[in-house]
Amino acid sequence: MISINISKKLSGANGEFNLQIHTNFSTGEFVTIYGPSGAGKTSVIRMLAGLLQPDDGSIEVDNSIWFDKSKRINLTPQLRNIGIVFQEYSLFPNMTVRGNLEFALEKNQSKKIVDELLQLIELEQLHNKKPALLSGGQKQRVALARALIRKPKLLLLDEPLSALDTEMQTKLQDYILKVHHEFNLTTILVSHDLNEVIKMSKRVLILEDGQIKKDGLPLDVLPLTNLKSFLMR
Amino acid sequence: MLDFEPFYLTLKLALVTTLVLFIICTPVAYWLAFSRSRLKVLIEALVGLPLVLPPSVLGFYLLLAFSPQNSFGKFLETYFDIRLVFTFPGLVIASVIYSLPFMVQPIQSGFRMVPETWIETAYTLGKSKFTTLIKVLMPNMKSALLTGCILSFAHTVGEFGVVLMVGGNIPNETRTISVSIYDEVEAMNYHQANVYSLLLLAFSFLILVSVYLVNHRTHSTRYI
Repeated sequence: MISINISKKLSGANGEFNLQIHTNFSTGEFVTIYGPSGAGKTSVIRMLAGLLQPDDGSIEVDNSIWFDKSKRINLTPQLRNIGIVFQEYSLFPNMTVRGNLEFALEKNQSKKIVDELLQLIELEQLHNKKPALLSGGQKQRVALARALIRKPKLLLLDEPLSALDTEMQTKLQDYILKVHHEFNLTTILVSHDLNEVIKMSKRVLILEDGQIKKDGLPLDVLPLTNLKSFLMR
Repeated sequence: MLDFEPFYLTLKLALVTTLVLFIICTPVAYWLAFSRSRLKVLIEALVGLPLVLPPSVLGFYLLLAFSPQNSFGKFLETYFDIRLVFTFPGLVIASVIYSLPFMVQPIQSGFRMVPETWIETAYTLGKSKFTTLIKVLMPNMKSALLTGCILSFAHTVGEFGVVLMVGGNIPNETRTISVSIYDEVEAMNYHQANVYSLLLLAFSFLILVSVYLVNHRTHSTRYI
């Protein structure tokens, strides 16, 4: 169970606004955060990861406190046991595919998981290649695998597929759903692609101007009126 | 007959200085690149000071500081039996201070060029700042590191004012190639001075060619 009660002053295109998130995620849930750009979606992910400090509030994950302003607790990203995948892949160009995965290993952790994950993302053949030689989809698969090496409780995906073509997006979405179930993850996906939201998650939070405007099943809360009326015809 | 001793001494001085600078400047440049402290501006100005200060000014104050007649020099001599004025170690310390910006500035720009998400990714993978520095940052900014080393080396080879002030002109101890050129001209041995000068000119040119070669080959980014 993840309990989030945070606020943070952010500056957007229309001046300053207050990001306020008060919600809970159950273990094993796949939640999407949907909203226009500049609504604060990425900031939520960054605050969960410990890369951005909220101004106030608390974040509690499975009874351990990650952030609590009043108790002056703020765990560093290193201590939070999360996996994060950014839109821009963020692979280390000096390391091979295997090297990128091995870099993530913890001290004394068996290297077996590297081979397992390489197999899972179907990149065993390319394990000795440097990231520069891979396609966008391949790079993002490596980034996904690398985020899973430490077997995190929480997987954070910050628009990981928006730079890929539709075909690759569909394939990657399947990979993400596969690892979400196999690794028993709680996954939070930031997306502004309606199809993706509907396909991936059973719950969506709609974020506008820093506030959660709606929270529920994608087909109930997403702005699909046009689509529905189109289908009714 | 050409005396190679000043060459040897100059190379030794430049190598030791570059090594010491690399060790000192990497953490300094890291701090300057990533810190948000207000002190940063002050430290940046201090590091850059040798760029604008006449070498004789720097040399003069170092000479005063190192002199056994003054408190710092006296302290070193009494408690550690170290004399820095007119000695090779003194020359190294002076050269390190004099070439500080040539090492710090390229490395600092190198750190800034590394995308922040790489650093953040390493942190979320549980890696410490030190591991991130050694395994992610430094291997991906080789040309900045190399530029810093080559420039510091070349700058030390070419220094004159500081060396003369702090080291004097002691053969095999502090007489570097630039001091030798001055010496030969003073003694009206123009041919000898010309040979030394030509060698230094060729060497400096080669150094700059290699810096640009490295910068062009690795990235389109330039650090000088």
